[in-house]
Amino acid sequence: MTVAKDKISIEGLTGDAAIAHALKQCDLDVLAAYPITPQTIIVEDFQKFAADGEVQTAVIPVESEHSAMSACVGASATGARVATASASAGLALMWEILYCAASMRMPIVFTVANRALSAPINIHNDHSDGMGMRDSGFVQLYCQSSQEAYDTTIMAFKIAEDHDILLPVMVGIDGFILSHNVERVEMLPTDVVTDFLGIREPVQPLHPDKPITMGPLALTDYYFEFKEQQDRAIQEVPKIYKKVEKEFEKLTGRSYGMIEEYKTDDAEIIILAMSTMGGTAKAVADVLREKGEKVGVIRLKMFRPFPVEEICKAIGDAKAVMIFEKAMSFGAVTHPLAMEIRSALYEAENRPMVLDFVVGLGGRDVPPTTFVEGYEKTKKYLEKGEAPLYETLGVRK
Amino acid sequence: MPMIEIRWHGRGGQGGVTSAELLAKAALIDGYEGVQAFPYFGAERRGAPVKAFTRISDETINVRSQIYTPDIVAVLDPGIIDLIDVSEGLKEGGKIIINSDKEASEYEFEKGHVYTYDGTGIALKHGLLVAGLPVVNTTMLGAFAKATGLVKIETIEQVIKEKWSGNVGARNAAGAREAYDTCSD
Repeated sequence: MTVAKDKISIEGLTGDAAIAHALKQCDLDVLAAYPITPQTIIVEDFQKFAADGEVQTAVIPVESEHSAMSACVGASATGARVATASASAGLALMWEILYCAASMRMPIVFTVANRALSAPINIHNDHSDGMGMRDSGFVQLYCQSSQEAYDTTIMAFKIAEDHDILLPVMVGIDGFILSHNVERVEMLPTDVVTDFLGIREPVQPLHPDKPITMGPLALTDYYFEFKEQQDRAIQEVPKIYKKVEKEFEKLTGRSYGMIEEYKTDDAEIIILAMSTMGGTAKAVADVLREKGEKVGVIRLKMFRPFPVEEICKAIGDAKAVMIFEKAMSFGAVTHPLAMEIRSALYEAENRPMVLDFVVGLGGRDVPPTTFVEGYEKTKKYLEKGEAPLYETLGVRK
Repeated sequence: MPMIEIRWHGRGGQGGVTSAELLAKAALIDGYEGVQAFPYFGAERRGAPVKAFTRISDETINVRSQIYTPDIVAVLDPGIIDLIDVSEGLKEGGKIIINSDKEASEYEFEKGHVYTYDGTGIALKHGLLVAGLPVVNTTMLGAFAKATGLVKIETIEQVIKEKWSGNVGARNAAGAREAYDTCSD
C-alpha cells in the first residue's frame, strides 16, 4: 500500500544530501569513508547524524580510500550492513579492493558522485571513474535526480543483500550537476524503510566462535570457479532489481526501470545517455518533437549488468541511435557506452546507425544545443549512409 | 507559468550559492513543483567572481545544463558589473537586481529592467558580517521577493531562520525584510 501523503516529508535536498538521508534511514552498521569532492557532503551529513545520535552506525574515518573499501569488506564479512562513498581519484585508489569486494561477494553500497580523473586535476563531472571500475564486478546504477538518488540508495541494499546476488552496488550521481543541486525530494518515514529492507541476513558471516577463512588463495585449481559464480550472480541482477523495484513502487508509486524510455515508440532517431544528461535529452526531445521531428530518448540507468534485451527492444526499428557519453576509452573502437550498444545490437534484425558523441569531459557543460548539434549531424550521416565511429562535441579542436 | 531561470553573480565567499539554494527551498515551500539550485565552481577562492543558478517551475524540470538565457539576474557585488557582462543572454523583459547604494536609473544595460537596494548598508546595520565583512546574500533574497513576486517574503524569512538558528537567523531575516521594503526600480 502506498505510504500516506501526510507521512512523507518533502525537502529541498542536493543529490549528496538525499543520499545521506537515505543512508541514515537504512540502519547502517558501518560507514567507512575518506572525503573527496564532490562526494564529501554525503559523509559530512552522515557524520552529523552519527554525532547527534540519530544513527547507531560505527563511522570509521579511515586514512585513505583503499582503507575505506578494505574496512567495508571486513565489516561486511561479519554480516554488517555497510556503505561508503567516493569519487574520481579516491575511487581510483580503491581499485584493488573493489575487485575484492565483488569477488568476496560483499553487499556493500557504494555511492559515487561521478567526477573526472586526473591529470590535470579537475573536480567536475564526467563518467571516467565509473567506467574505470566497469569490470570490477560491481552492479552500477546511475541516477538522474536527487529523488532517484534517494530511492536508488535504499533499493541498492535490498538488491545487494539478496541471496541470489550478494554483490556490491555502485549508485552514481553526476558530480556537482546533481551532487550539489538542490531539488524536491520526498522522503519515506524511517519505519517504512526499515520494514522494506529488513535486517541483513548474512549467508556465511565471519565470527570468532566459528572461524572461517574468506577470500583466500585460489590458484589454477579454483580461481576460475569463483569468477564463474560471480558472473552467474550478476546475471541474476535484472530479476531481483525488477522484484525490488516493484515492492518499492507499491510504497512510493515511483519506479525507474533498468532503462527509462521517453517517446521512443515511433522514434526514428533515439538519443541514448546516462544520468543527468538523460534529463536534458528529454527536454531536447520535447522541443524537437514540437517541430515534427521523431525523436526519443533512452536513459540508461543500469550499466552493469548491461540490460541488452531491454535496450534492443526500446531501440526497435529506429534508424539511428545517438549515444552521448562522458568518458573515453583511449584507442578503443568507440567509447565505453557505444561499445556496449554496438555489441548489443549486433544480432538485431534492423541494425540502426550508431553514433558515438563524446561530450562533457571534466564538467564541460552539455547544454541542449550540444544535443541538437549531434542531431543535425546524425540526419546528415543518415542521408549519406555513413558516419564516423565516434566524435567529440563541445571541445576546441 | 513557464520555467523561470535565475543567474546569481557574486564573489567567492559572499554566499551566492547559499542564496541560490535558499531561493529554491523557498520556492518549494511556496508550491512550485520543479526547483533546481546549483553552483558553478571554478577554482574556488574568496573574492573571485562566481556564478550560481536557480530554476523554478510549476512542473518537473528535466533540463540539467547551466543557464545561458536567464529571466532574472541577481548581482551581489556591483563591482562585478565592470568585470563581466551580467546581462549576457538575459531574456526579453528580464530583470536585473543589484546590491547597490545607487538608484536603479543610474545603471544602463542593453536589456533588462533594473532594481537596486542597499544590501551592504543593510548588512552592516543588522550586523550580517563574516570575518568582519558584510554579507549580502540573505538581503538579496528579500530584494528578489520584492522585485519578482515569485516567492513570499514570509517564506524567505522562514528558510533563512531554518538555515541559521537563533539570533543569526533572526538578524538575517530582518535584513531580508528590510531589503524587501527598500528594493526599488
